[in-house]
Amino acid sequence: MSSLTVNTKLLRKILVGFIREEVTKVGLCRAVLGLSGGIDSALVVYLAAEALGPENVHACIMPYRTSNPESEAHARLAAGELGINFEVIEITEMVDAYFELFPDADNMRRGNKMARERMTILYDHSAAHSALVLGTSNKTELLLGYGTLFGDMASALNPIGDIYKSQVWQLSEEMGVPRVIIDKKPSADLWAGQTDEQELGFSYREVDELLFRMVDLRCNREELIAAGFAPEFIDLIYGKVQSSHFKRRLPVIAKVSNRTIDRDFRYSRDWGK
Amino acid sequence: MDFTVALAQIKPKLGCVADNLAMIEEAVAQGIREGAGLVVFPELALTGYFLKDLVPEVALSLDSPEIRRLAELSRQISIAVGFVEVTSDFLFFNSALYLEDGAIRHLHRKVYLPTYGLFDEQRYLARGERLRAFDTRFGRIGMLICEDMWHLSAPYILAMDGATTLICLSSSPGRGLSAGESLGSTSAWQRLTSTTAMFLNSRVLYCNRVGYEDGVNFWGGSESVDPSGSVTARGKILEEDFVLARIEEGALRRERIFSPMMRDENLFVTMKELRRIEKERDC
Repeated sequence: MSSLTVNTKLLRKILVGFIREEVTKVGLCRAVLGLSGGIDSALVVYLAAEALGPENVHACIMPYRTSNPESEAHARLAAGELGINFEVIEITEMVDAYFELFPDADNMRRGNKMARERMTILYDHSAAHSALVLGTSNKTELLLGYGTLFGDMASALNPIGDIYKSQVWQLSEEMGVPRVIIDKKPSADLWAGQTDEQELGFSYREVDELLFRMVDLRCNREELIAAGFAPEFIDLIYGKVQSSHFKRRLPVIAKVSNRTIDRDFRYSRDWGK
Repeated sequence: MDFTVALAQIKPKLGCVADNLAMIEEAVAQGIREGAGLVVFPELALTGYFLKDLVPEVALSLDSPEIRRLAELSRQISIAVGFVEVTSDFLFFNSALYLEDGAIRHLHRKVYLPTYGLFDEQRYLARGERLRAFDTRFGRIGMLICEDMWHLSAPYILAMDGATTLICLSSSPGRGLSAGESLGSTSAWQRLTSTTAMFLNSRVLYCNRVGYEDGVNFWGGSESVDPSGSVTARGKILEEDFVLARIEEGALRRERIFSPMMRDENLFVTMKELRRIEKERDC
């Protein structure tokens, strides 16, 4: 059994409780999230429906013209199975209107723009429905920085940010996410045929085993090599974690006063809740 | 004497003393209704746990109206409760009170303030420096707060000071998910409470909170452990609960006859060796 294997019933209970309590303690009862058709957002919508009731979950399906049509079909499938509210909001027009001004923009800029376009839509729906935005970035993506800052990484609450992709698969089985969504290859769906693992150059299962030992167990380089990981792979992943750290932090504030926000002005977000 | 203990597995609101006091009063009333002689609350029940810079804002002095109110309630039921204490020289402690017959019977200030991993207590709080057992209508009791329990010497000193009941008030965050049945923190605590009871031939009354603060869950699972280390009652995991457990003097008497480790404990040898270690460390 992999060391990443978890008790999914207990995990389910913790994450469902997390969504329910963190949403209700701020005086709300609803959540909104982007449903891509992929496994991460599918898992979160299943957790949210259980925590808040399907009637209190609102999903936005936000395809771009190059998105795989299968993605929208899978998003509809998950939403339909749960009986949550959803709407399809195509982002092609707004994204293309912007890139008419910058026709030479590369795929990365275009992908980031799409992610941030979707974020603005979710936050608008957050206000429209008095609903908190749920994040769908898992721990693997967050550690590798494989996401767009202020785009798909933006949310009010992230139920799956402390579980690796391998654990997302396990919990999705427990939650009854449709098989077709669990079994397909993970993809950011920025262009046809793209897969995460192809783009990253390694498999999620491989990198999860390394990250778990490196981050959670705090094994050092020698211990990781002794456990069978290639030194180049260790260095590559360590480099990714380090170089993407800015994405996991709030903007840096220049300190001049005695009490600077988040440095010596420290309060939990649940202050008074 | 035999008595019933109530373990109030509540969900305090972070930084909301008035709301938490109301919640505590409600649990006190329930304890009285259910015929309990003692009701135990979690660590920092009056304030919530991840207080950070809120510490000075939620701190209470021993003569505050809130503490006086709880002392008043203790005429009907004994109360063990956690809060932030401020002293006249403006030190802030993570403290627990044992209230009985309308008065403060004992004050314990957390000695071991964890400052590692997700914990940051010593940044905000002052360290307690006393471990003392005290007499109550239920016999001699020792009180510890959460991390205190993880230092062998702390329950040991209380037991050597004559405590036969150890009360532990806790705000233990749930973490360490694996393929196992329980969270790592849950199974570690369950081993600890049982082993401590068994080593010291003492009852352990453990009250842990539930709820979430900034994504951190508190796992509950409050329990009453008899002096042989067997759990006689256990609260729900991750849910609010009000655990009632019957405490029998006979179980303590029989265990102390059956396994007289505390009788045979050699204070002279312990002190001699500790003094030697202390001296050698000085060099």
